[in-house]
Amino acid sequence: MSPVKKAPPAPHRIMGTPPPAHDHEVVGKNVTKIDAFKLARGEPAYTDDFTRPDMLFAKVLRSPHAHARILKVDASAALALPGVVDVIWHQDVKPILHTRAGQSYPEASPYDTVILPEKARFIGDRVAVVAAESLAIAEKALDLIEVQYEELPAITDMHEALTRTDVLIHEVPDPRGIGEGGRTNVAARIDRQVGDVDAALARCDLVVERTYHLPRVQASHIEPHVAVAWLDEDQRLMVRCSTQVPFHLRRVLARVLEMPEARIRVIKPRVGGGFGDKQEMVLEDLVSVLALRTGRCVRLEFTRAEELIAARYRHPQVITMTTGVMKDGTMLANRMCVLADTGAYGSHALTVQGNTGQKVLPMYPLPNIHFKVDTVYTNNPNSGAFRGYGAPQGCFALECHMDEVARELGMDRLELRKKNHIRLGDTDPLSVKLGDNKPGLVRIVRSTGLDECIRRGCEAIGWDKKQEPSQPHLKRGLGMALAMQGSGIAGIDWGAATVKMNDDGSVNLLVGATDIGQGSDTVLAQLCAEELGLECAQVVVLSSDTDVTPFDVGAYASSTTYVSGGAVVKAAAKLREQIAAILAQHWDCEAEDIDFAKGQAVSPNGQSMTMQEVALHCMYEAMMQPMASASHVSDDSPPPFAAQFADVEVDPETGQTFLRKFVSAVDCGTVIHPLMAEGQIEGAVAQGIGYALFEEVLLDREGRVLNPRFLDYKIATALDIPAMETILVETDEPSGPYGAKAVGEVPIDGPAPAIINAICDALDGTRIYQIPATGERVWRALDEKRKDH
Amino acid sequence: MKLSLELNGRQVEWDIAPGETLLGALRDHRQFSVKRGCETGDCGACTVLLDGQPVNSCVVAAARCEGGQVVTMEGLLGDPLMQRLQKSMVDSAAIQCGYCSPGMMMSLYSLLRDKPQAGEDEIRHFLTGNLCRCTGYVKPVAAALAVAQAQGEQS
Repeated sequence: MSPVKKAPPAPHRIMGTPPPAHDHEVVGKNVTKIDAFKLARGEPAYTDDFTRPDMLFAKVLRSPHAHARILKVDASAALALPGVVDVIWHQDVKPILHTRAGQSYPEASPYDTVILPEKARFIGDRVAVVAAESLAIAEKALDLIEVQYEELPAITDMHEALTRTDVLIHEVPDPRGIGEGGRTNVAARIDRQVGDVDAALARCDLVVERTYHLPRVQASHIEPHVAVAWLDEDQRLMVRCSTQVPFHLRRVLARVLEMPEARIRVIKPRVGGGFGDKQEMVLEDLVSVLALRTGRCVRLEFTRAEELIAARYRHPQVITMTTGVMKDGTMLANRMCVLADTGAYGSHALTVQGNTGQKVLPMYPLPNIHFKVDTVYTNNPNSGAFRGYGAPQGCFALECHMDEVARELGMDRLELRKKNHIRLGDTDPLSVKLGDNKPGLVRIVRSTGLDECIRRGCEAIGWDKKQEPSQPHLKRGLGMALAMQGSGIAGIDWGAATVKMNDDGSVNLLVGATDIGQGSDTVLAQLCAEELGLECAQVVVLSSDTDVTPFDVGAYASSTTYVSGGAVVKAAAKLREQIAAILAQHWDCEAEDIDFAKGQAVSPNGQSMTMQEVALHCMYEAMMQPMASASHVSDDSPPPFAAQFADVEVDPETGQTFLRKFVSAVDCGTVIHPLMAEGQIEGAVAQGIGYALFEEVLLDREGRVLNPRFLDYKIATALDIPAMETILVETDEPSGPYGAKAVGEVPIDGPAPAIINAICDALDGTRIYQIPATGERVWRALDEKRKDH
Repeated sequence: MKLSLELNGRQVEWDIAPGETLLGALRDHRQFSVKRGCETGDCGACTVLLDGQPVNSCVVAAARCEGGQVVTMEGLLGDPLMQRLQKSMVDSAAIQCGYCSPGMMMSLYSLLRDKPQAGEDEIRHFLTGNLCRCTGYVKPVAAALAVAQAQGEQS
């Protein structure tokens, strides 16, 4: 039996899906996002809206060389400038190896980073940092710092990095044993196999091999990285910053500053977008060092150019797919070989690439799967976490490849997928072989709406009858892709929640979970309210303050609704049990017979109290604070699924692609907040459209970013978005809170392959193996074909 | 240097550094709705009205605003059209991280003030100066369209 719920009616083009019929009071309802009005009014809420009268402004001096020893920094002229308070370089800071990646301890990333390096490893690496009374003075001071460099040969090509050992970007061995510093330029390797791929390929009727090229793209949250640090009246370090990982950040800060965590408080205010780019200590260590040295409040904010040079990228990859298939379309073997560029440092180097296979290949759970990765250091700027975390790259390769296999086989591309895709009850063959930093756990599909997603997506895009081109010189094509992701990292991601009741029956919900704009505070309030029979407005959420809230790993890996939500439901249920025990005494009934709904507690005998009366009774009669905490971890990471479809027109004369319509049908389990779930999908699709068609950070041969501004690094505008239809296919995930799975990442995986497959369909099989599919690339692909004939 | 201008209907006189942008001057004077996103005039998060027209305040020299009229979101909190727009944005779940939202609404405000019944194409064209990385523009466009349609029904 498939646990697919009755589907909600098809949505209107842009107004969204009506909320599906639920038995719930708050879950599944479009409650007002709890921070929306203050943000709409522009109230001060973000890191940079917070100032202190003694605040200093920091600026980073960045390396002009891709690879160079920093022999000497002479800051005397800068320090002589009135208003300059401090200048630091590597001699001023103890070199403690760490990773800036915000991951659970022990982090699955090489320890290859120090606060200020003695060797610059990319154009833009940290050389020195200034703190001054104003930003203008700090900027002026940068020009006055004299640096002596010893230039070293640089490697900016990832193929070269894989084979060359005469130049080592990291000379010190990684104490974690992940990176190969001191020996090679490899930051992480993976080589795992299920079955025997070579033997299976030898038996197959057809073997198809292709290589796909993925670009360097940037998260481009509109709020830049920004942090403010100061010492409070007890000389404790306060760090207010735009982060996705406040608790990991506190732990890494404690390590590099050699301070106990107890002396550090990290506060996350509203965050203006993160998308993975803030799952990392990008600048918080610098303001912390300067605050400790000067005793002053210090602020550092990246410029947009710094975002595009010194924040993080989605890893550029080259992926070779080899697939073995029988004449009837039965796939027997898949091999995915990945070469990835982590840039100068290896944060997320292992795990992003791990996801490239782990979150992608199980879509077709074949008996023989081989997944091989080499992630190399180069003297290019850093890669890191970006929404999808490796899966968009892998999904692009796999789903383009499925079309290629179908074409060579002479089989319908949708039929090939339907014949081989993962089903209810299937075990993900790779999950056990690929743990994050401990052995992986078995993943069994306990809920899937994939077939329904395919069916309804096909219907919405008009899969069976491709439309005629809108103009005679254009060519029209349809494309699709399937995608799956996870809901948190099984057995590793965990979060905690505390709920306490106030006199008026409202509750405070304290969570470590990190709202970065995706609306997790609202979703968690909904889960809490549902469990207690309250209205959402009666839940006061405080999140992500390391002094006040319990722990949470943070906002990444599509974990918040599923993992942190589980903690909230548990804590609220405990609170309800506490109250029920007190009321049971008062009413002389069984605690489990007391019902909580619509702001009331009702006994089986018909006695009732409002929640305010309940609170007053507990606090002033029973003398007890209703208050409960709970932690939650899941041994599973149930995959959300998506089927995504693109309708394009291509001008063969110019190579330009016009995206006419994009459909996403997504199974994210029970939908807690339909409009916000749609918002996650629509936003992810917009980022995916950019990945497919126009986003690319360009480097010259020396590793210099050529387009460090939005004028040249183009992200989607309102005009780049086609008619978009978003379909929520609800399933009931038994391990999720109220049946929920994740939604944040899965919809970013499919747009690029769906769009490229549509372009290929429009061009009678001419394929683009490298994205973005700019007009020039498409035109060149057509030109090659014309030359061949 | 001294700068006098009318901010949200009140005459102000500020001391500003030479070369200061309007964005910098406004944020220094507690106009928190004006966000810094790129400082190159590309993202629109700092959109304000200068003499009635939407501008990217990050690429306007503050000194150029001498004697001018500047309106920020803070000055429109009591304005009926802005209130309708805010409510529509909130009701449509068009606000995710919210960082681009005030700038986006300043642009939409000027459009819907001048063209109360603007259609979807006009709204999309008008919004191209405001980058949003969270929403894919689907819900913000829907929110603006809902306000325009309601204005159409009233007239």
